[in-house]
Amino acid sequence: MTIKKWFKSGSPWIWLNAGAIAISMIMVVGLLSLILVRGFSHFWPAPIVETTLTQPDGRQVQLLGELSRSQTLPAQVMREAGVDIPSDIDLVTRHLIKQGNRDVWGRDFVWYPETGMDEWRYPKEAMRLERREWGDFYGYPVRLKEEGRTVAEGEKLWPELQQRVDRANELFDEIRGIERGDIGAVNHRMERVRLEERRLDMDRRAGRIDRASMEEATVELEARRAELADEYAVLQQRLDQLYQDVRRDTLVGRVMDGREVEIPVGQIIRAVQPNDMSVVSKVGLYVAQFWDFLSGYPREANTEGGILPAIFGTVTMVFVMSIIVSPFGVLAAIYLREYARQGPLLRVIRISVYNLAGVPSIVFGVFGLGFFVYFVGGAVDQQFFPAALPSPTFGTPGLLWAALTLALLTLPVVIVATEEGLARIPSTIRHGSLALGATKAETLWKVVVPLATPAMMTGLILAIARAAGEVAPLMLVGVVKLAPTLPIDGHFPFIHLERKIMHLGFHIYDVGFQSPNVEAAQPLVYATAMTLVILIVMLNLTAISIRNRLREKYRSESD
Amino acid sequence: MDATMTQTDNNAPASSHGIASSLFENPNAKRLRLSDERIALEVENLNLFYGEEQALKNISLRLAANRVTAFIGPSGCGKSTLLRCFNRMNDLVDSCSIEGAIRLEGKDIYDRKVDVAELRRRVGMVFQKPNPFPKTIYENVAYGLRLQGVRNRKVLDEVVERSLRGAALWDEVKDRLNQNAFGLSGGQQQRLVIARAIAIEPDVILLDEPASALDPISTAKIEELIYELKEDYTILIVTHNMQQAARVSDYTAYMYLGEMVEYGDTMTLFTNPSKKATEDYITGRYG
Repeated sequence: MTIKKWFKSGSPWIWLNAGAIAISMIMVVGLLSLILVRGFSHFWPAPIVETTLTQPDGRQVQLLGELSRSQTLPAQVMREAGVDIPSDIDLVTRHLIKQGNRDVWGRDFVWYPETGMDEWRYPKEAMRLERREWGDFYGYPVRLKEEGRTVAEGEKLWPELQQRVDRANELFDEIRGIERGDIGAVNHRMERVRLEERRLDMDRRAGRIDRASMEEATVELEARRAELADEYAVLQQRLDQLYQDVRRDTLVGRVMDGREVEIPVGQIIRAVQPNDMSVVSKVGLYVAQFWDFLSGYPREANTEGGILPAIFGTVTMVFVMSIIVSPFGVLAAIYLREYARQGPLLRVIRISVYNLAGVPSIVFGVFGLGFFVYFVGGAVDQQFFPAALPSPTFGTPGLLWAALTLALLTLPVVIVATEEGLARIPSTIRHGSLALGATKAETLWKVVVPLATPAMMTGLILAIARAAGEVAPLMLVGVVKLAPTLPIDGHFPFIHLERKIMHLGFHIYDVGFQSPNVEAAQPLVYATAMTLVILIVMLNLTAISIRNRLREKYRSESD
Repeated sequence: MDATMTQTDNNAPASSHGIASSLFENPNAKRLRLSDERIALEVENLNLFYGEEQALKNISLRLAANRVTAFIGPSGCGKSTLLRCFNRMNDLVDSCSIEGAIRLEGKDIYDRKVDVAELRRRVGMVFQKPNPFPKTIYENVAYGLRLQGVRNRKVLDEVVERSLRGAALWDEVKDRLNQNAFGLSGGQQQRLVIARAIAIEPDVILLDEPASALDPISTAKIEELIYELKEDYTILIVTHNMQQAARVSDYTAYMYLGEMVEYGDTMTLFTNPSKKATEDYITGRYG
């Protein structure tokens, strides 16, 4: 009886609804906080642990490194895995130590059981070197050498090392500037010369030019090529000099088993002694490392370094997609809603458009590859870039095709949102305009479309959110693991729609599942996922603030 | 203006006494004769169909220039439909077809050669619900001129001011011309819409129940405005409210089920209707 009453009162429904909301909130908050906590904490400098491990056979091993994570397992599992555990122990705690020095040990993450471990010490002199190759180095600084002669030891070593690391980094900046910038430009022009030569050759064969002018042009091209070769030689010489300079200093470090290892200072990006740092300098280091991650290029098969090309590629692609999808979607919606005769045919078209949104995205990828890349791209190459064939220019996956495929994927969203916006404009406003002698087109463009812009923005926001997170179709039509160049640079025509791009979504997949070094990649997966989430939120916030400004401008009674 | 003037409740039963007193308030209420008037619009044997259904049945009438002609009748009698024929707003309804002729200054507006946009510039319309555009007050009034390609700021300023003065709104909005028109009250919005209509200097203004969504004071203002506007424009007004028709109009047409029952000068129609049906309606015995 009372239960019946309770049901009638409606409270069970309130509880169910509240429960559903609570579960959704927990999932959203849990997901986001996992990504954010893991992503942000990766850059906090961890202390370096030193300890001695006495193995069951009595041998002692010195350990030095960062604690990556710990685990408690039944001893039985460990014994089955071949680890020697005394029989009186049931539970074993083991620690994953990042001991770095991949060039010395071969592997940089190793599990060690807690049994037999000595007390943990945090020696102030322990240092971590972030290197361009072979990952991090953990050890103690011994002496600093210049051209083989020792220049600093003991107390004086650390400040001297910092200075020399800075110098090497500056040299490397210059090297990268020459390699990416100047030599890139020379190569670009060299390629143009080669293409012009091909074109001349093809023109000659087709009989479009005579022998004399061909030879004249060839001589001129040869001159340009020679000039470029000279330029290249000068740059190469400068590069050789820089590399020579970079190799000047070496650091001798002692690794955990007491061996001394020589590390070229040119290999070191950053040298830190985290156990000797104050909180303030740790914060500084945190910010610096975070910034390096956002603004740097990937190293070591994407398991180290930054994700700038992926951020850049994602943003560029979303922008290009927006530029393509907005006019198409808006015009299609205006036609469907305002001009097309409402009837069975239109209903079929509308249902088809709406259902396009439900097609699995990989299908769009296949379509994009088959139609855009091979068919359209192939035709474009035949028509406009015959000199570069057989190596394709547009007939290969690239930024433009990725953006077009995603535009197709998000078109229904924009069409639906725009149509709804147009349908919401009261007919009295249209009639008011028509009654003043406006034609249908004038009414549409001066009154109706401006009023519907907030709805169009809503469509675009949804499209951006969908497109920025999409990965599957992109793997087919333009996204790669490592793109040698950014899609926008200083060479004409500045935005290179034919180039392949990197993408945060694909980067997550690649680092997480295709990486040779799982332990090193794992935190980067979180950090990259966090960047992707933040990026999408930022893109959406921008669009939403534009929409709100438009809404304010066209505020109408009904809102 | 006394209290009866503002008694504009649509649902109030129209007593003959109330209408008589409304007539007294109409300064122009005198016996008029169509034969003395210049004729602005002429309707000849007009039949209008929505699909199979006939909404207007063989209507013929002549409308006097610079006079206010009111169309009254119960809901669904076709008075708004007739009004919308004069600026061809019925063209927007797909199923609508029309027979017969409407002549504006002697020219058939349903002729093939007529440019509908041009026609609507000559025959302005104000709707039941105020429908300003989501633009500034200034841009609302300037809209019609801009459509005609007027760019000159001085000309626009002048027309906007003149139109707002003409619609008795200038003093209320002159300091906030660049604010959104939706900030105005309903009555102000309706006068803004009238200003927008007169800005392009039409010959005829169609008012489709212009005060039915407004409060009594705003209604009074609109009615006053109608007196003034007929100096320059021919005005056709559809209203549910018989006191209003009696107060503002010179001629009145009573319609019922798509037919023109009686048409004549307001004084005669209200005080001495020739048809029993008209008398029943205006004395409230209808329905």
